Amino acid sequence: MSAVLEAENLKKYYTMSQSFFGRLLGSQKKYVKAVDEVDFQIPRKNAMAVVGESGCGKTTLGKVVMRLLDATGGKLIMEGKDVTQLSGSGELKAYRRTTQMIFQDPFSSMDPRFTAFDTLEEPMNIHNIRGSYEEKRKTIMDALEEVQLTPAEEFVDRYPHMLSGGQKQRVAIARALILNPDFIVADEPTSMLDVSVRAELLNLMKDLMSEEDLTYLYITHDISTSRFFSDSISVMYLGKFVEKGEVATVLDNPLHPYSQALLKAVPEPKPEMVEVIKELPIKGEVPDATNVPSGCRFHPRCPYAEDICENEEPELREVEGREVACHFAGEVP
Amino acid sequence: MANPVLDVRNLTTHYFTRKGEVQALDDANFDLARGESMGVAGESGCGKSTMAFSLINQVQPPGRVVKGEVNIDGINAVQLTETETRKKVRWKRISMVFQGAMDILTPVYTVGHQMKEPLHYHQGITGDEARQKCEEYLGEVGLDKEIFTRYPHELSGGQKQRVIIATSLLLEPTVLIADEPTTSLDVVVEAQIMNLLKRLKKELGISMIFITHDLSILSEVSNKLSIMYAGKFAELGDAEKIYNNPKHPYTEKLLASIPRLHKDVKRLERIPGAPPNLVDPPSGCRFHPRCTYAKEVCQKEDPEPREVEGRKVACHFAGEVT
Repeated sequence: MSAVLEAENLKKYYTMSQSFFGRLLGSQKKYVKAVDEVDFQIPRKNAMAVVGESGCGKTTLGKVVMRLLDATGGKLIMEGKDVTQLSGSGELKAYRRTTQMIFQDPFSSMDPRFTAFDTLEEPMNIHNIRGSYEEKRKTIMDALEEVQLTPAEEFVDRYPHMLSGGQKQRVAIARALILNPDFIVADEPTSMLDVSVRAELLNLMKDLMSEEDLTYLYITHDISTSRFFSDSISVMYLGKFVEKGEVATVLDNPLHPYSQALLKAVPEPKPEMVEVIKELPIKGEVPDATNVPSGCRFHPRCPYAEDICENEEPELREVEGREVACHFAGEVP
Repeated sequence: MANPVLDVRNLTTHYFTRKGEVQALDDANFDLARGESMGVAGESGCGKSTMAFSLINQVQPPGRVVKGEVNIDGINAVQLTETETRKKVRWKRISMVFQGAMDILTPVYTVGHQMKEPLHYHQGITGDEARQKCEEYLGEVGLDKEIFTRYPHELSGGQKQRVIIATSLLLEPTVLIADEPTTSLDVVVEAQIMNLLKRLKKELGISMIFITHDLSILSEVSNKLSIMYAGKFAELGDAEKIYNNPKHPYTEKLLASIPRLHKDVKRLERIPGAPPNLVDPPSGCRFHPRCTYAKEVCQKEDPEPREVEGRKVACHFAGEVT
């Protein structure tokens, strides 16, 4: 299978601001390594989920893929072309046309003064898709029908405040689809929505995958949706992938202590758990990204950490059909 | 059942807007025993939060509790004036952890300053004594004492949430209402907060009402479950029974729309259509326009909640269709 998108050693570091004296004295620049040497491939018509806690770098990864942020290093190969070096209105613009993003919050990703028509027309204008008003209106209506905002006449002239959260997110999906992209970055597209609306949207996005030949990078903290929506999954921790593989393989039998802990914390409809206090192997939140721990990044929170974890950083290696970055992968319970 | 600590009868709250009367909560009936928890689930706009505000007698105009009783420790809370409610009910008997509680702390005061407030107003406790009490409760929710002197921006989301929970427990309320207590928190922190609430329920014997649209979280904390639709209880009863064998078509759909972690699903179940406008709710059963089992009687007659297999279900065909 050929990969639509391939990342090699992809890095995104943010430079920390330094004090005036620090700069005078020439102290070392500090970085926040939001995405640190990440590798992945996403085959055509597949979805890769990236999961992790807030602050693990998953949104930054999405933005780097979109070229909304420039990568610090590494390659990002889309259809055989390295896109990290694209620039200017020619190539980069063409790339942006094939890659679109669906944002987390439909309540703020839309201009309140734009009707659904305006919202969908804007990308066409930016990309110089010419045509008469009637032609454009037809294209837009079709896009709205496609995301099941039917009848489209009823929705096309509505402002965002006249739409419900789910409808707004549908318009956002239509906006992403109107340029016929090949690749979509969906950054927590359903986290602001109700359970039943969430189900509808995930169904819709999944249908579009086969109908429109789409490939997704699906960023989420809601791990249970990734089981349904995506084919592969990557668990991210402090800028690195700690485990990646087929979605069922990883979720049914996670090997990295972090994935294990994360999955344990996911609530599931199990009413017999009412009086039971859940055992949580890890506590608290992701540590400060400016001060990444030595060795394995997870070792201060890891219940199985030993000396080697403090000193040596584990590489991703193949264990039981998936890749894991842990010295003791397969050995910890 | 043993004496309920909270007994709600026919609670009805409407909002009187220019467009008409929004029937946000209609005829809610339930009771809660000491140390028992009830989960309230439903889509946005189904009246979950309105119910919570009605319980603490804090419905904002143009809303008003139209009728009904909220009996807590022998006091009918809805008949009290604002001053009386503040003295007798709020914080003291029923306290509430609000939705987005993290944003409730004022950034210009220390955590301690804000925590002490209810102690000062309700019990006249100030100074070192108040500080001691606050620190005790901070410890109770698993936070460090020094948080007392910190400002909200120095805390993480999970810590702020715990501060709010600690504050709401200061006056040892009988009932704690938690309105979406963990939305916008990470899964690990969410699980910790849920553990904390479970422990407090067990150790301090506090009765709790959890409000959220996420049924998977509710299943872990509620003894009782109520499913709300368009301002009414569709199903109410023992949580385990409802989860394992839902009787109302709406509950069934809602449960099927949850993606599962350990099960491959081809398609998620969805509920077609949108929740109704409550200014002019559908005739008969409010769920009938979206119900796949709807028959003629559903359009005409509003089903009364009736006992079906150990829980109350408001459906004409409960027990027959699902």
